[in-house]
Amino acid sequence: MTGRVITITSGKGGVGKTTATANIGVALARRGQRVTCLDADIGLRNLDVVMGLENRIVYDLVDVVEGRARLRQALIKDKRLPELTLMPAAQTRDKLAVKEAQMIKLVEDLRKECDFVLIDSPAGIEHGFRNAIAPADEVLIVTTPEVSAVRDADRIIGLVEAAEKPAPRLIINRLRPSMVKRGEMLDTKDVLEVLAVELIGIVPEDEAIITSTNKGQPVAFEDRSPAGAAFTRIAQRILGEDVPFMVFDDTSGLFDKMSKFLKR
Amino acid sequence: MSFFSRLINPSSHSAATAKERLQLVLAHDRINIPPATLELLKEEIISVISHHVEIDRARVQVEVERSAEGNRLIMNIPVLGTASATKQAARSVRERKAR
Repeated sequence: MTGRVITITSGKGGVGKTTATANIGVALARRGQRVTCLDADIGLRNLDVVMGLENRIVYDLVDVVEGRARLRQALIKDKRLPELTLMPAAQTRDKLAVKEAQMIKLVEDLRKECDFVLIDSPAGIEHGFRNAIAPADEVLIVTTPEVSAVRDADRIIGLVEAAEKPAPRLIINRLRPSMVKRGEMLDTKDVLEVLAVELIGIVPEDEAIITSTNKGQPVAFEDRSPAGAAFTRIAQRILGEDVPFMVFDDTSGLFDKMSKFLKR
Repeated sequence: MSFFSRLINPSSHSAATAKERLQLVLAHDRINIPPATLELLKEEIISVISHHVEIDRARVQVEVERSAEGNRLIMNIPVLGTASATKQAARSVRERKAR
């Protein structure tokens, strides 16, 4: 059996690649899929802390590639979800420590053991990004509804196509429905029109992401928060389920409430 | 836009501005033409077309669309002129040529 390899990337930093990787991983694992999340951001690893597994790292990806540890020694099993494992990046090594061919080999070995390998790509378009893309069957691009993030996403789409990967799918992260409603934030429709790619999910801005990251417990462990529910829907779409896109009817803004009051 | 946000900032529709800026910046990112050259191209095309039809210059959009076959330069030019205005424009062109 061989698992699907999905790389999560963005171009711009700080748009939520790591959060998306952790949460989609959790959501897939909760649906019974065996998932390995791989942190490809060598030198700046963070997937471990977002998943809450940082204290259990003994070996990392570079140790495996250089033969100091076996694959299974480096893989960390999540005790909360037996289907979920993490392959951590090295923190103290140079980002050039792993070559493209080594990354492809590592992922080939990992995919034999699971249903999904999710690769958390570093920001940028250099070596680390190319390493993260090389083994991918599919690519998900994370953007926020901001000019800079969308511009970088466009560049990444071009590079993914140049690498002869299938057309990437888009996650629009940190959407603020109240701002969209006021005409002060790019809408999903605008972003899709500009980038001309397929959408796989819309994740609303949600404070629960911050508190959950504080605790090392991804929101997708539960469906209560809006962001957690959104990531679960993305996982369902990855599994081929036809899930309608959420419509965010945000009427919680003070302005909206007052306007409504006045219209009465 | 809600009543209050209009009150505070009457002219602001920053999302529309964002989209417009993105389309232009992506146009030169995609076909690697400097912004100034693209702007010049736009002006020249506008001037050629306005010889023949009356157009809404302020609402002209330039965009580069990416597709499987490659990049495609798209200009969206809203026409203002009615048929008579267009005929008039054509007449003035003929006159200009005749001179």
